[in-house]
Amino acid sequence: MLRYVVRRLLLLVPILIGLSLLVFFWIRALPGGPAQALLGERATAQSIRQIEHEYGLDKPIYVQYVRYVQRVSRLDFGDSVTTRRPVLYEIKQRFPATVELALAAMFFAVLLGIPLGFVAAKRYGGVVDNLSLVASLFGISIPIFFLGILLKYVFSVKLGLLPTVGRIDALITIDHPTKFYVLDAIVAGDFPALWDVLKHLMLPAIALGSIPLAIIARITRAAVLDVQNEDYVRTARAKGLPPRVVDVRHVLRNAMLPIVTIVGLLVGFLLAGAVLTETVFAWPGIGTWLVDAIKSRNYPVLQGGILFVALIFVLVNLLVDISYAILNPRIRLS
Amino acid sequence: MRSSRKVLALLAVLTLGLALLAAGCGGGGGGGTTTGGEAQVGGTLVFAGASDPVVLDGALVSDGESLRVIDQIFEGLVGLKPGSTEIVPALATSWEASSDGLAWTFHLQTGVNFHDGTPFNAAAVCYNFDRWYNFTGSFQNPSASYYWQTVFGGFAKTDPKSGAPAESLYKSCGATDDSTVVINLTKASSSFLGALSLSAFSIASPKALQDYGADEGTVDADGIFHPTGSYGTEHPTGTGPFTFGSWTVGDKLTLVRNDDYWGAKAKLDKVIFRPIADNTARLQALQTGEIQGYDLVEPQDIPTIQGDSKLQVLDRPAFNVAYVGINQSLPPMDKVEVRQALAYGLDRQSVVDSFYSGRGVVAKEFMPPEVVGYADDVTEYTYDPEKSKTLLQAAGLTLPVKITFWYPTDVSRPYMPDPKRNFEAFAASLAKAGFAVTAKSAPWRPDYLGNVDEGKAQVYLLGWTGDFGDPDNFVGTFFQSPQKAWGTTEKPNKEIMDLLDQAETETDLAKRTDLYMEANRKIMEWLPGVPYAHSKPALGFRADVQGYQPSPVSLESFATVYFQK
Repeated sequence: MLRYVVRRLLLLVPILIGLSLLVFFWIRALPGGPAQALLGERATAQSIRQIEHEYGLDKPIYVQYVRYVQRVSRLDFGDSVTTRRPVLYEIKQRFPATVELALAAMFFAVLLGIPLGFVAAKRYGGVVDNLSLVASLFGISIPIFFLGILLKYVFSVKLGLLPTVGRIDALITIDHPTKFYVLDAIVAGDFPALWDVLKHLMLPAIALGSIPLAIIARITRAAVLDVQNEDYVRTARAKGLPPRVVDVRHVLRNAMLPIVTIVGLLVGFLLAGAVLTETVFAWPGIGTWLVDAIKSRNYPVLQGGILFVALIFVLVNLLVDISYAILNPRIRLS
Repeated sequence: MRSSRKVLALLAVLTLGLALLAAGCGGGGGGGTTTGGEAQVGGTLVFAGASDPVVLDGALVSDGESLRVIDQIFEGLVGLKPGSTEIVPALATSWEASSDGLAWTFHLQTGVNFHDGTPFNAAAVCYNFDRWYNFTGSFQNPSASYYWQTVFGGFAKTDPKSGAPAESLYKSCGATDDSTVVINLTKASSSFLGALSLSAFSIASPKALQDYGADEGTVDADGIFHPTGSYGTEHPTGTGPFTFGSWTVGDKLTLVRNDDYWGAKAKLDKVIFRPIADNTARLQALQTGEIQGYDLVEPQDIPTIQGDSKLQVLDRPAFNVAYVGINQSLPPMDKVEVRQALAYGLDRQSVVDSFYSGRGVVAKEFMPPEVVGYADDVTEYTYDPEKSKTLLQAAGLTLPVKITFWYPTDVSRPYMPDPKRNFEAFAASLAKAGFAVTAKSAPWRPDYLGNVDEGKAQVYLLGWTGDFGDPDNFVGTFFQSPQKAWGTTEKPNKEIMDLLDQAETETDLAKRTDLYMEANRKIMEWLPGVPYAHSKPALGFRADVQGYQPSPVSLESFATVYFQK
């Protein structure tokens, strides 16, 4: 097991090197550079040359790459071109927001999705099953930004129940030792603030979680259907075990394998940044950060940010594989 | 079967529970104590900008969000009359220029302190000016010291590799006594005084600048500068009606009323700035009351705000110009008859009426009417497609004449809310006027701007928003020096360049106005492009927010704002 983990971690190295090469050359192949992004109509040919010189963009590309590798080996990812703050600082500021949103969305998706899929499978062909099918199609088909705007319109603008933007109300101030606002509010013992943070999480989590909800419901349904008909389930029932015990200990537990895999993959996917949700809810996460960086040719942010997201994705996948091995003794012992 | 029914029941309870939980009060407000029907002192206003400020150091920024916050904390020697570009006293009560225009003496307000308690005086003014003049390295980058370079040019030691202007308008600064300061220039300039109203030239506390390392940083092996000081992010210290409270990037920036302010104190207790990038998100936040105001209202949202009795729209006076640019070095645009034909072939009135939400007027020259030097009697080119055809034929060309016309995608500018629609309407009217238009489009930045700047676009849509109320900031920017975008690097118009040089240095206001009016007349004869619109950008506020005074150059103070029930 340990050797397996170490081998997977070592694989990270060629992945990151290859990715850094790819990103480095790709973003420089895009037309234009940071100069027009910074100055807009105010850019003159002279100011463009000045800015390119400043960022070393007038050197040959291989020289630029060598310098980049030298800097990265010192863990220096440079400063954002637009905000002039270190890229690592911006990651530290933005990643907790993305994690909080991703976890909230997955929590919502799992909380509703697994029971929904389970019931749909149990009542195969019934009303609940068909309704869940429709709901899943709806969840997957509806564009997230449209769902987000719709949710905001109904619950915030019309009903006034929930807020529309940000992670916390502008008038509430708490310290941010962890940058996870839910934890920060708990640490501060400020329960009105905690409630406010949770309210801000609700709509974005529902909007972002709509697709994972649909997927998890369907996968759960398929997995449960699959497992229900296995011999060992029939044996368990025949033994006279109560239905609930059969369902939990035998059906669900074995159905969990594909579900856990999917949940892990989805979490990895969400951590890469949910651009549309972040845009609609003004959520200061990684997604909008990277998209803005592409638009403004913010090379340091793109290079550092994409590498970071890739690292997270690989690590999450590794965790999923390890958990799979833990859950499934057949894999573990082989 | 029983267990699944239980699960279903559990699901139902959970959903119901969530719905009940959510039924707490949503949204926030910001009003102060209510006194029914009257202006109330106090309260917190939450205002949304499109992004976080970059840094709160006026000398080092040119983006609107940084400047908005800087304008509350800092002041300059001169200011602007609210809602106009007229110069009024600020930290300087009066001023005069020497007869040769090289020495400007400013008499300063007395009894003024910076937010850290240190005194505002002539030495502080000179400290600031000398700091900017002595910028080195990365600070000479145009994205950092854009306004210094625009107004004053170069520095004490301009790095020749950086490409910044070698010469500087600034010579030195001297403190005659605590409340008298003299700024010496290397040549006479009349745009200098108006430029001093820019936020870039606001006066900061020398002690804070030093204590918190405003210019500190490390230069790495590649020569890239990394700022290390905390002045611009944690300790901006000016003389203005608000002091810096706190700043959490991505969340909010809080300013607090300065109760020791030397002038009329602000009415609000606090102003909070939140970054909300998406236009719809800003609108919805205004509708729920989570914010009480925001800038850059999209034209399509204006009817929504106007139709809501709890909201209001405020207009900024038009201080921009949208134009169809022409690169004269690409034939057949080198022939003036062809350019005239283009001008007669653009149905500008129809574009302004249709795509500016009632907030535009047709432009007839390259600056808005509010700027001094505006000439009412320039040659006008009202839409006349038959005349276009005649002109093209007189130039010896066969119809239709092929041109490529560029427009940007993925952007809305204050002077051009909907570039694509503008383009489509213009292309249609040009087709009737003897032109065959080939469309070319690119995302605004960097692609579109890059192509235009490099002179690759033959005919293109662009515009300009003025920074300060001086004609030099409009026609000087476009035509005083050769530029690839206009094709004037290959075919410079010496007559107009000399005229603009002369106008820039003329110190007598009446003569200066005449010179700029003459320049405008000549420019509209030469026709390097076709101006077509001036438009009024809009801000949105809650209806109970009063006292906000929009400025043509976006120099707006929250000190006069209050809540009214």
